[in-house]
Amino acid sequence: MAEFDKDTGAATWPHALYDLLRRAGVTQFAYVPDAGHKVLIDRSLADPDAQSIPLTTEEEGVALLAGADLGGARGVLLMQSSGVGNCINMLSLTNGGRFPFLTLVSMRGDYGEGNPWQFAMGQAVEPVLKAMGVICLRAERPDEVIATASAALTMAFQSGMAVAVLLTQKLIGAKPF
Amino acid sequence: MAKLNRIQMSTLPAPVLDRRQAVPALIERPQDFLVVGGLAGAAQELTAMTADAPSVFGLAGAMGAAPMMGLGLALAQPKRRVLVVTGDGELLMNLGALAAIAVQNPPNLAIICVDNGHYGETGNQDSHTGLGVALDVIARGAGIPVVHTINTEAEMDEGRRLLREGGGLCFILLRVTEGPPLKIKRNLQPHVARDRFRAALLGG
Repeated sequence: MAEFDKDTGAATWPHALYDLLRRAGVTQFAYVPDAGHKVLIDRSLADPDAQSIPLTTEEEGVALLAGADLGGARGVLLMQSSGVGNCINMLSLTNGGRFPFLTLVSMRGDYGEGNPWQFAMGQAVEPVLKAMGVICLRAERPDEVIATASAALTMAFQSGMAVAVLLTQKLIGAKPF
Repeated sequence: MAKLNRIQMSTLPAPVLDRRQAVPALIERPQDFLVVGGLAGAAQELTAMTADAPSVFGLAGAMGAAPMMGLGLALAQPKRRVLVVTGDGELLMNLGALAAIAVQNPPNLAIICVDNGHYGETGNQDSHTGLGVALDVIARGAGIPVVHTINTEAEMDEGRRLLREGGGLCFILLRVTEGPPLKIKRNLQPHVARDRFRAALLGG
């Protein structure tokens, strides 16, 4: 598949990523909105066989996905790097319960960031997730998103691990200010 | 506590129900539901009421998790009635969950908040509801379509009906006096609770 749509110039990986998640049996899409997840959010809203679950804070998504697993369903938490900090104590549930956990984190406070407010949490994402037992995988280029997400799906739902895929600013671009 | 603002206390009747009788009287047969019990009193109570049945996932940490766990479970199991039993302290920690639940509006989810107005596990400090914050009003404002408040025995029948026959998302505020919940010794390993809940529900 071409990396960019020939008409709109938009990256094609977000659509391939949604299709991959659905093929892997993911039905619950929980999110606090972020531009980096726009396609996944819109696709989940339009998909009659998926649940699209807007949250008021990201930690709600951690608890939701544990509940989904109790009921035999698979979900994913879509959030921005700033939301990772909101999840920390709730990851006690994931960690202690050995719940499978998959999150896609659109990064800020990283490569080329122009808003100084974003750096503290952006730079803390990997150390705090690792401290709570979440494995971090980074996707830097459009051609590695699908392979990285596939690896994360296997680690989460076959091996029962907690995994974060970091969609870096090299991949999604820095927001202009 | 004179430093803290007591809100609308004059309009709220003093709680009279003892949770050790009121919670079992409201839920009747907890084994009919898939249950998420919030920390700490609610989880202890539901574990005791079911003699530690696998269909109760009780929390002893991750405060604030119970309502959203119930939502994820209800969406995953649309044919089963899912019951979240939580306390005022836990619900106050994550009030936004009521809004997140309301916009999904799962018809198979019921939430009971056992409101004793206190943080019973940590020295019995007044909680915000003990100072007059009204969780039933908040639930209604969040968009939960059916909200029922139980102050006395007289409101109990309607609560039982909503759990059993209501056929929709509902929030029941059960106002009780302060005091200990029913208790039983329970396994606090969350991965054990997860595995046995799934095995009982999903097999394997």
